[in-house]
Amino acid sequence: MTPFTGPGLLPDLDVIRKDFPILGRTLANGQPLVYLDSANTSQKPQIVIDTMVDHLERHNANISRAMHQLGAESTEAFEGARDKVASFLNAPSRDEVIFTKNITEGLNLVANTLAWAEGDLALGPGDEVLITEMEHHSNIVPWQLLTQRTGATLRWIGLTDVGQLDLSRLDELITERTKVVSLTWVSNMLGTINPVREIADRAHQVGALVVVDAAQAVPQMPVDVVASGADIVGFTGHKVVGPTGIGVLWGKKSVLDRLPPFHGGGEMIETVTMERSTYAPIPYKFEAGTPPIVEAIGLGAAVDYLAHIGMEHVHRHEQTITAYALEGLQTVPGLSVLGPLDVRLRGGAISFEIEGVHPHDVATVLDTRGIAVRAGHHCAKPAHARFGVQSSTRMSSYLYTTPAEIDALVEGLHYTRDYFKVGA
Amino acid sequence: MTAGSSELDSLYQEIILDHYKNPLNKGLRQPFEAEVHHVNPTCGDEVTLRVHLDGDTVSDVSYDAVGCSISQAAASVLTDLVIGKRVTEAMSIHQEFLALMQGKGQVEPDEEVLEDAVAFAGVAKFPARVKCALLAWMAWKDATLTAAEKETDR
Repeated sequence: MTPFTGPGLLPDLDVIRKDFPILGRTLANGQPLVYLDSANTSQKPQIVIDTMVDHLERHNANISRAMHQLGAESTEAFEGARDKVASFLNAPSRDEVIFTKNITEGLNLVANTLAWAEGDLALGPGDEVLITEMEHHSNIVPWQLLTQRTGATLRWIGLTDVGQLDLSRLDELITERTKVVSLTWVSNMLGTINPVREIADRAHQVGALVVVDAAQAVPQMPVDVVASGADIVGFTGHKVVGPTGIGVLWGKKSVLDRLPPFHGGGEMIETVTMERSTYAPIPYKFEAGTPPIVEAIGLGAAVDYLAHIGMEHVHRHEQTITAYALEGLQTVPGLSVLGPLDVRLRGGAISFEIEGVHPHDVATVLDTRGIAVRAGHHCAKPAHARFGVQSSTRMSSYLYTTPAEIDALVEGLHYTRDYFKVGA
Repeated sequence: MTAGSSELDSLYQEIILDHYKNPLNKGLRQPFEAEVHHVNPTCGDEVTLRVHLDGDTVSDVSYDAVGCSISQAAASVLTDLVIGKRVTEAMSIHQEFLALMQGKGQVEPDEEVLEDAVAFAGVAKFPARVKCALLAWMAWKDATLTAAEKETDR
């Protein structure tokens, strides 16, 4: 077979792959690694690894509190990472960028502080929180907790048969009672890209707060938080070629200022007496305790790396690979894709079923061929239930994925069917 | 044949694939003293399992399950092994199977005790799949202990 060289692939793909040392390793039996699990976590380029090692080797100190040269260097690197993230997201102010542990902590920060909020942000019986049926558990459970704690009602936007949001009843779902609308930008299971701007505008007409889980969006497409129309946008570092343990919550200053603190502790205060405290301005109000310093610095290097390549180029590469993968998957008998088949409507995670072979068995067979995919419910059980499936296999590409790797996957799936003697 | 296929064959023994395609004792039946529902939260595999004791004998084990070949075959093999055995004997088979699964491939299975379940020896070398093999066995132990308590309460 002639290798696929479609326009839209990153021009220096082989050079980019060399940036990621792990892609050069082999697995058991000398199999080369075919990593198709980037929606789970992305691999890390050398520059991120080196930046983190360099910080630990040469500049390590606590930030903001240390009155010495190392402390100044460490603080500068940490705050420099905040600047890089702010610029990557086109945030109007660096102070609107809050470092969290991951997107899960970011969403919990919002849902928890809303439970304690007073004034027009406060929720109570009669108020509603609107989510969607395609959310990751981390954008469902915090809102269940919030509505249970405040007596508010949780509602959700259902899905169409092709895996898009069913917006036909939006007028019944977004009403004067709606206080919060929280939705994913790109589904981690169906791959669907949601019309965030349209929904945000509708939500704002009724004065609702708009929260966007951009964990799968920020890695693969240009994200401009202002243009998104959202009030709060969160993502996680380890899916954007950064390290684990660091996430970002961007929020409009006007909103973040009105939310009460989340964790109490060092660095989030202005002054403390035994009776009470006053709080630091954002972002520090939400960053109690020593933060994940080297992880934030690693994330700064990661978004710099992506910005250097250009997110529009990364997006085009993802779309090209996804289109190629959708085409290849169609050649596997009994395979059905969950989610949109039109590449313009979706991101680079493709979940599928193969009739007669359970996803775990698919993943195990692929693993023995060096191909890493995810199998299970992908922390989106309700979305699976919507399509009447218990679990699925998911392949997810990234800027380093090659058409040859997709070929290996498709060949591996044909082999899997043969191995289990399905529909011989 | 690819490099991985012999490794695969050690996991997917013919016995396992046979039990997967033609599971024994499947379906929920009356009577029963205990019913449990166990879930593998990371992958979503589920089993609902009932145990009927007649004195100190495991008189019936019935189940309804969704999941992969390993978890489905394990449920089938389990029922075939423990139905008709005394509870103490069945529990020692459980213990033997657990030791095999947790043995990282280093434990030599006793075919006298485990019969068809020896086919699962290869699973112990796939850490991600051990939980699949144990789902029904753990559910059975849970249900049997509950049923036995009811027996002694009577």
